[in-house]
Amino acid sequence: MAKVNFRLVMPERELLATEADMVVVPGSEGDFGVLHGHAPLISTVRPGVLEVFQGSKAEQRFLVVGGFAEVTPERCTVLADEALPFETVTAEQLAERERAAERDLTDAATDAEKAAAEKNLTIARDLRRAQAYYAGR
Amino acid sequence: MPSLKTFRLRIRSVQSTQKITKAMKMVAAAKLRRAQEQAMAARPYAEAMDKILASLGASFKGGTGPRLLAGTGSDKVHLLIVATADRGLCGAFNSSIVREARRNIRALLAEGKTVKVMCVGRKGRDQLRRDFSSHIVETITDLGRPRLSFADAHKVSSRIMEMFEAGDFDVASVVFNRFKSAMTQIVTRQQLIPPPAPDAAGAAPAAGGGAVYEFEPDEGEILADLLPRNLTVQIFRVLLENAASFYGSQMTAMDNASRNAGDVIKKLTLQMNRSRQASITKELIEIISGAEAV
Repeated sequence: MAKVNFRLVMPERELLATEADMVVVPGSEGDFGVLHGHAPLISTVRPGVLEVFQGSKAEQRFLVVGGFAEVTPERCTVLADEALPFETVTAEQLAERERAAERDLTDAATDAEKAAAEKNLTIARDLRRAQAYYAGR
Repeated sequence: MPSLKTFRLRIRSVQSTQKITKAMKMVAAAKLRRAQEQAMAARPYAEAMDKILASLGASFKGGTGPRLLAGTGSDKVHLLIVATADRGLCGAFNSSIVREARRNIRALLAEGKTVKVMCVGRKGRDQLRRDFSSHIVETITDLGRPRLSFADAHKVSSRIMEMFEAGDFDVASVVFNRFKSAMTQIVTRQQLIPPPAPDAAGAAPAAGGGAVYEFEPDEGEILADLLPRNLTVQIFRVLLENAASFYGSQMTAMDNASRNAGDVIKKLTLQMNRSRQASITKELIEIISGAEAV
């Protein structure tokens, strides 16, 4: 079966460039799987877990924090603001991140700070939920 | 005639200066390599972003779309972002950026535009403060410690976005040093807001490759999300280029300084030996003429 050329890039560096059978991307309007021959698509990405399949097995998982995905029939490029290999992140780290975001929210003085803190908190909560969901699988 | 001792002292002091400049050169060389690697690593993201932007931009033609893309429709107020370094000892790096910035400010003022200046880096502010202190609206320093991160770029771009949303300026451009090699850096002015229109006629059909993208959610929303991020990416690229240029420039400057110190040491040693010989000759003459007199 033809493979899809997958790249996961962060602003600072390229995290992964590989050939995969299928990639499941957490799109902002729902997860979508990308196989070879997918219709061209540009989507925003919500905080969640991205899976790279070889065969029918999820070989690699990444926690991604927002960004964009560009899909063409041959390739899939995900531009993530932040991406971490799933195994390297523990539930405690994410819980700590959530607590830090909560603290920032209570400390926020201006409206702009408050909005930023709220956004961070939502991201942290989404990440923790996604991590908890996938950790069991 | 200075005595032998003063020569020795001066030579020693130049030698220790040379040691410092040599060490700085080596540190700059190591950091330059790292900065270059970082710039290379950041390239895939920027390229992919450009591609998405090109295919999105194709669906917004002729001044439609968000203000960040189309502009505010006026060009009265210019924001000039002057990206320099925080530190000196790097040859003409900071001065050449500031010179270009000055030229731009003067040209814009002559056209009757309002100019606001945002200084990124301490040295730019220090040099511009003399002539244009009333134009400086913002200064951001101490970026990239210990190393440049995307968050640093975000700090700058979020400030720019705030000002743009408050309607503080219409056009923004940035002056920085483009890295060509360790020896050459090119002072560049690049317009950020609104982004310069790509040669739409030639590029758009080629970039699309016949593929028409589906958008999820719709184009407008993606674009609204993408444009501020693109600004950050542009700023990040500017900062990276600047960092590489800074170290390149510093390396060259310190190399020159070490060489000059070597020249000074050579000259001083020669002078010292001459004066030593002169005094020996003088003593010999005294002894010989003394012996003859006996």
